[in-house]
Amino acid sequence: MVLDSKIPAGDLKDKWQNYKDHCKLVSPANKRNIQIIVIGTGLAGASAAATLGELGYNVKAFCFQDSPRRAHSIAAQGGINAAKNYQNDGDSTFRLYYETLKGGDYRSREANTYRLAEVSGNIIDQATAQGVPFAREYGGTLANRSFGGTQVSRTFYARGQTGQQLLLGAYGALERQVATGKVTMYSRHEMLDLVIIDGKARGIIARNLVTGKLERYFGHAVVLASGGYGNVFFLSTNAMGSNVTASWKSHKKGAFFANPCFTQIHPTCIPVSGDYQSKLTLMSESLRNDGRIWVPKKKDDNRKAKDIPHDERDYYLERRYPAFGNLVPRDVASRAAKERCDAGYGVGSSKMAVYLDFADAIKRYGKMEAHKKVIENPSEETIRELGMQVVKDKYGNLFEMYEKITGENPYEVPMRIYPAVHYTMGGLWVDYELQTTVPGLFAIGECNFSDHGANRLGASALMQGLADGYFVLPYTIGNYLSSEIRTPAIPVTDPAFEEAEKAVAERINKLMNIKGARSVDHFHRELGKIMWDKCGMARNEKGLTEAITEIQQLREEFWKDLRVPGEVESMNPELDKAQRVADFMELAELMCRDALNRRESCGGHFREESQTSEGEALRIDDEFSFVSAWEYKPEGEVLNKEPLIFEVSKPSQRSYK
Amino acid sequence: MEHYTMNLTLKVWRQKNSQEHGHFETFQVKDISSEMSFLEMFDVLNEQLINEGKEPIAFDHDCREGICGACSMYVDGRAHGPWEKNTVCQLHMRAYKDGDTIVVEPWRSAAFPVIKDLMVDRRAFDRIIEAGGFVSVNTGNAPDANAIPVSKVAADEAFDAAACIGCGACVAACPNGSAALFIGAKVSQLAFLPQGDAERASRVRNMVDQAAKEGFGNCGNIYNCEAECPKGISVGNIAKMKREYMRASVTTGPAGIRE
Repeated sequence: MVLDSKIPAGDLKDKWQNYKDHCKLVSPANKRNIQIIVIGTGLAGASAAATLGELGYNVKAFCFQDSPRRAHSIAAQGGINAAKNYQNDGDSTFRLYYETLKGGDYRSREANTYRLAEVSGNIIDQATAQGVPFAREYGGTLANRSFGGTQVSRTFYARGQTGQQLLLGAYGALERQVATGKVTMYSRHEMLDLVIIDGKARGIIARNLVTGKLERYFGHAVVLASGGYGNVFFLSTNAMGSNVTASWKSHKKGAFFANPCFTQIHPTCIPVSGDYQSKLTLMSESLRNDGRIWVPKKKDDNRKAKDIPHDERDYYLERRYPAFGNLVPRDVASRAAKERCDAGYGVGSSKMAVYLDFADAIKRYGKMEAHKKVIENPSEETIRELGMQVVKDKYGNLFEMYEKITGENPYEVPMRIYPAVHYTMGGLWVDYELQTTVPGLFAIGECNFSDHGANRLGASALMQGLADGYFVLPYTIGNYLSSEIRTPAIPVTDPAFEEAEKAVAERINKLMNIKGARSVDHFHRELGKIMWDKCGMARNEKGLTEAITEIQQLREEFWKDLRVPGEVESMNPELDKAQRVADFMELAELMCRDALNRRESCGGHFREESQTSEGEALRIDDEFSFVSAWEYKPEGEVLNKEPLIFEVSKPSQRSYK
Repeated sequence: MEHYTMNLTLKVWRQKNSQEHGHFETFQVKDISSEMSFLEMFDVLNEQLINEGKEPIAFDHDCREGICGACSMYVDGRAHGPWEKNTVCQLHMRAYKDGDTIVVEPWRSAAFPVIKDLMVDRRAFDRIIEAGGFVSVNTGNAPDANAIPVSKVAADEAFDAAACIGCGACVAACPNGSAALFIGAKVSQLAFLPQGDAERASRVRNMVDQAAKEGFGNCGNIYNCEAECPKGISVGNIAKMKREYMRASVTTGPAGIRE
C-alpha cells in the first residue's frame, strides 16, 4: 500500500496556512447533525472534545478514569514549549521546529513538526485566557525556563505541575461543553473495539466499568486520544491504567502502527527499590537546569556522597558534552547514565543509580540572594538558607515527592536517579490531517506517531497534545466530515455493531474461562522484564530475536494459565487489566520486530551494532530514512514504508558536544 | 535510612455495590517492606487474595505519584492516612511497624456513594465544575498571553488554589460533608486572575448552588479539610469564596444571571 501523507504543497512555512485556506468546512447547521466520538480526556482528548463542542458538533467523550480530570497528562511536571521569543534570546518558529526535528533525530516529518511549532504560541494564549496560572515575573509577564536539547528559554511552566494546570484548563473547557449539552461525558468507560461500516470508522464498543456491561456508540468519526503504551514495560512513569487497547484494537481493524520501537527512556527517575514496585516516578527534567549529574571516579566507591571530594567526582555529562552539559536530550542523558552504571560506577545500594546534586546550585543562588538583599560577608549558613529557599520556590513539590518516596532529604544529600520508560514516540500512523489509514479514524496526542521522530524533547508532549486538540484536529476533521453531512446517524442495531460486540464478549468470556493459577500482574511483570532487558535502552539482534520467542511463549502461557477472579457483569478491575495486558502481549512482539528491522541507531532507539567509535548513536540515513508503518494481517504484520523527505533541513549527525 | 519488614493486620471495608450493605473484613499480610508504598502493600494483599481464589479489593488509583487525585482511602480515621499533605499513594510503609493493625475505609459522604469496596462515585465534583468552574473562552478567542499582565503575587496565589487535585479528602474529612474547600479553591483561583473576572459573580453562585443540590453540607469552620488536604489548600480560600458570594449577591440580580 502506498502511504499518502497528504502534505500540502508550498513552502514549509506556508503549508498550514494554505491548508486552512483551502480545506472544506462544515456549516453550523450541518455540524448540529454530526456526532463525534473522542476516546481519552487528557490534553489532546479534552482539548479536542471541548473545541469540537464549541464548534457545534455533538461529542461523546470517553475515559476509563472516574473523572476526565485524572487523565495522565495531569502528571507532566516541567513545562510546555512555545516559540513566543518572550525572552528575546533568538527563538523563532523555525528554531523550535528545527530543534524538534533534530532532537527527534530526523525521523519525523518536516511539515508536521513545523506546524507544531507554528501553533505553539496559540496554546499559551489559550491556556492563559482560561486562567491557567503560569509562572510570572514581577512585572506581570510570563516566565520561562530552559529544557534539555535547546539553547533558548522557551518553556512555560506552573511550578512542577504544568501538566496538571493545563489539563485542568482543558477539563474546565470540556465541562463547560458538558453543561451546554454539546459534549456527553462517559467516565469509567473503556473502548474495547472499533466499529467499521463500509470501510469507515463509525463507532465503538465500550465496556461500562461500573456495571461490566458492553455498550455501543455511533459516531460519524472516531478520534483516539488514548495516550502512549509505555506500560508494556510494566514499570514506567505512566499511570497504572495507561494502556494501548484503543490503539491496538484499531490497529487490528486496519489502522497502521508506526515506529512502535521508538520509546523514550527518561533520564531522571527515582530508581527501582524492590520487586514489589508498581510504578516509577519521574523527577522533572527541569531539575537538570540546576542539578549536576555525577558518579564517583572510582569504581565501587562506597563512601557517602558528601565524603567524596570534588576532584574525585565524574560530572560525566559535562565532561562528554561540554556545549550542552547536563542539558543534553533525554536519550543521550539516559544512555550516558546506563554506560556509567554498567561500567561499575553506579551509586546507592543497587548500584543502578547516579547522583543529581543541587549543592552547587544552592550555593550559587544563595550568593545571588545575599547580594540582592545587600548582606555583606554572608556566612556559609546564610548562603545555604537563602539558596535553599530559591531552590524550594522552583522545585519544592519535586523535592517533597522525592523525600516521601525515598525517605531522604534532597536538600541535604544528592538525589539518586536512574532512567525509566516515560513516553512512546511511536503510535498509530496518521497523515498530515491526523487521520489514520482507516477513513474517519483520527489519532491525536501521544497515541499517534507524528511529530517527535525517534526522540521527544522535554516540554514538547504537552505542546503536541494541545496543538492537536485545540488547533489542528478541529480543522482537519471538518475536511473529512464535510463529505459526511448526508450520512444519517447509523443505529447501533446495525449488524456491524452486533458483530463487534459479540467478538468483544467472546474474548471476555475466553479470558474469564481460562481459570488458571496466575494473576494478570504476574504476566505483566514477566513481559516488562523481557522488554526492559532486550528492547530497552540498548538493543541488539540477538536480544531482540530471543525476546520475540520469549514473548510468544509468555503469551501462550498467559492464555493457558491466567486467573481472572470476579464476574463479567460487575465492576472487575482485574478483568480490565487482563484485557489491557492481553493487548500489550501482542504489541510487545511488534515493538521487537520493528526494533530488529531498524538496524540503525536513532534517538531513543539504540542498536548496539550501529554506533560511533565514541559510543554515540549512529544513524544510517541511506537505508532507514523512513517511517515504519505496520499493517496488521491475521497471518502476520506487514511492513509499509513512508519515505521521509527533507526539503528544508537536511539531516546531519546530531552533536551536543 | 534503615529498611525493615513487617507483618500487619488489615481491617478493610468490603461492599459489593451501592445497593448492598458493607462490612469489615480482616486480612493478614506478611513481610511487607518499609520501602513499599501503601498501595503496593494493597497490591501484595490483592495478589494474595487472587492466589487464594478470592476477589481482590477494589480501590481507585492511577498515577501513584500524588497528582491525579484518584486514590481515596480513609486510613485509621484519616483521609489519606497519617502523613501530612499526602495522598495515600504516596504514603509509605515506613509509617508503620511490625504488628500494627490498620483500618481502611472508603470516603464516607452521602454525595459520594460507594461503587464497590473502597471505590466511590465522585462525579458530583465534575458537576460542580460544570456549573461554573471555568472561564468561558472558546478556542481561538485568546489575546496574546502577555497582553494582560498579572502580578506575580496574584499568579502565585492563584496557583496555590489551583493545586487542588479533586480527590475529595476535604469532603471525607468534614463532619458536615462539605465541599467548601473544593469550590473555594476553584473560585479563588479564578477570582485572583483578571481572566476570571467577567464571570466572577455567576461562577460562585452557580457552583455553591450546585453543591447544595448534590447533597454536600455547609461549611462549619471546622478546618478538617485543610488539615487533610494533600495539597495543603488553605481554608482562606473558603473565606474568599464566602466574600465572593456576598459580593455576587449585592452586585447581581437573581442567581444564575451573569454580570
